[in-house]
Amino acid sequence: MTGAARPSGDGPLLDVRGLVVELARDSGPVRAVDGVSFSVAPGGTLGVVGESGCGKSLTALSVLRLAPEPPVRVAAGQVLFQGQDLLALPQDALRRVRGRHAAMVFQEPMTSLNPVFTVGEQIAEGVRLHLGASRSQARERAVEMLRQVGIPAPGERVDAWPHQLSGGMRQRVMIAMALACDPALLIADEPTTALDVTIQAQILELLKRLQAERGMAVMLITHDLGVVAESCDTVVVMYAGRVVEHAPVRELFARPAHPYTAGLLRSLPALARGQEEGAPGARRRLRAIPGMVPSLGRLPTGCAFRERCDRAQELCARVAPVLEPKRGAQLAACHHPVPAS
Amino acid sequence: MTEGPLLQVEGLKVHFPVRGGLLGRVRGAVRAVDGVSFDVARGETLGLVGESGCGKSTLGRALLRLVPSTEGHVRFDGQDLTRMSQRALRPLRRRMQLVFQDPYASLNPRMTVRDILGEPFDIHGLARGPGEREREVAALLDAMGLPREAMGRQPHEFSGGQRQRLCIARAIALRPDLVVADEPISALDVSIQAQIVNLLVDLQRERGLTYVFIAHDLNIVEHVSTRVAVMYLGRIVELAPSAALYRRPHHPYTQALLSAVPVPDPGHSRPRLLVPGEPPSPLAPPPGCAFHPRCPQAMERCRHESPPLYPLGGGHAAACFLAEAESRQAAPAPLSAGGVDGVLAQSPSPG
Repeated sequence: MTGAARPSGDGPLLDVRGLVVELARDSGPVRAVDGVSFSVAPGGTLGVVGESGCGKSLTALSVLRLAPEPPVRVAAGQVLFQGQDLLALPQDALRRVRGRHAAMVFQEPMTSLNPVFTVGEQIAEGVRLHLGASRSQARERAVEMLRQVGIPAPGERVDAWPHQLSGGMRQRVMIAMALACDPALLIADEPTTALDVTIQAQILELLKRLQAERGMAVMLITHDLGVVAESCDTVVVMYAGRVVEHAPVRELFARPAHPYTAGLLRSLPALARGQEEGAPGARRRLRAIPGMVPSLGRLPTGCAFRERCDRAQELCARVAPVLEPKRGAQLAACHHPVPAS
Repeated sequence: MTEGPLLQVEGLKVHFPVRGGLLGRVRGAVRAVDGVSFDVARGETLGLVGESGCGKSTLGRALLRLVPSTEGHVRFDGQDLTRMSQRALRPLRRRMQLVFQDPYASLNPRMTVRDILGEPFDIHGLARGPGEREREVAALLDAMGLPREAMGRQPHEFSGGQRQRLCIARAIALRPDLVVADEPISALDVSIQAQIVNLLVDLQRERGLTYVFIAHDLNIVEHVSTRVAVMYLGRIVELAPSAALYRRPHHPYTQALLSAVPVPDPGHSRPRLLVPGEPPSPLAPPPGCAFHPRCPQAMERCRHESPPLYPLGGGHAAACFLAEAESRQAAPAPLSAGGVDGVLAQSPSPG
């Protein structure tokens, strides 16, 4: 399989710089993504975590320009993929990249498949379009992809309709479809959130195996810190449209620099184990983050997290902190980061 | 109040008929709950876990008789709910409440908070006059950590976490004994989940509530539960005190389920027990042990016989033939029903 040039040298495969995405509201545009920068190395796995409304899904969609315009508008920034700016590409050139060199898997396997085509037809469509394969070659490729993602009896399932498959099987089909053209980058938006844990474990293992076999890079959007810890090598934490921390996965979990990251980790019951107080059986309290996520139209001045932050001081209300190196490869947007000890 | 457990469930089955064909004849049944037995002690939290379709939500509703049971008994404070008329059930309804998963869909969007929280008092005639009703609603808002000004507002003015506080307030308004919480935090953001869990734990301590906590998040269940029941395809496959279950799960399904939970620690490495395949349809469960087609340790016997819940001592029980030998050592004499191990009554399925 040949195609556009793969990245040369050691540069990042995907380099997002200063991405600003606005949403049209009755009261005027609001910034849902506000100056987001990150990069994904060839073969690497970047995790993007955050809560609903933090802009993580919109960032992912905007990278491939899949968000509906309007109401969404990419207002500024660059998305450099394999050296070219996807935001500046005309639609036909963009279509040659999308689905071929960069592909996406969504959260909802129920609604992302077309109900009136068989799964085989849907996988084959991209193969014919991007690789110029014949009908029979494309069908063969579809069977092969179904086999690779662990669907039993792929020769028969290739003619199955989406409604005949379970949620886990549909997500496998989505992955098969995304990987059919052997992309260099897979963007997966909450790919296992709708699935049960035993099926989630199967899908995550599958992604890991396929990634290793193909040297593919993955951008994984999730709210589950457990999934991040097990799957990613670098993590971006988003809050209210901005990146608040960007760090290698071990540093992030061992020594979070941003109080929001630290608060998220502290509030997890799994990590409270072994630090329990009181007699066994006595129900202990979790260390919750107070307050709630601010709505986009009504962000506080300065740092968006300051009203919930136990380290906030006067400066945080006046000046929005920028993302900058704190220690080693760890970046945080905070005036008063959590000390390392 | 009588002595003994608050809730006693015995051989409970909930089957939903499946109709088909031109005449709409009954062609089969979804065995959503297929013979479960357990007790819930006063003041404890029983966690109910399992994957989608295992019957945990149906069981939760059947406990409150919100869905009719097909067979078996549910005794609430000694009274058999399954045999009671709706009229006789009414005074008991006040004492058992449900909190749903979706705080967006379970509050009437046209009602104010005052009416949402005051309605239970009206229905059961428990507030003497509007003054007392108002005081009760104010006290509930205080207990939930919501401002009293919230009284005049409507649900859409609140965030997901605040709405779930309102749902909890409504559930505990009449000082119930039992609250069944069905995935109460699954729809909430991570930073809000801990707040709601803390609220539930505090309310239990202050009011002596008994919880049945249904969830698929095994970490949260461990945190809140005294004991945990693991369900698979309509049956309880393991039941144990929370710490024992997580420290030493006996059933291969429990082991697989626990090992599948991602651990938020990048340094953590452990062999993951990947179970192949997916849960079978409750419309046509496999013969023998329902887990045997996916079980890495399945034996010939598992294909034909359905294992009972074997007691393993210390209130731990597992429905697996691998636990049989350990069970003989742990409990050489047959136990009487109704004790902690009254759970044994789960009968082998007919086929």
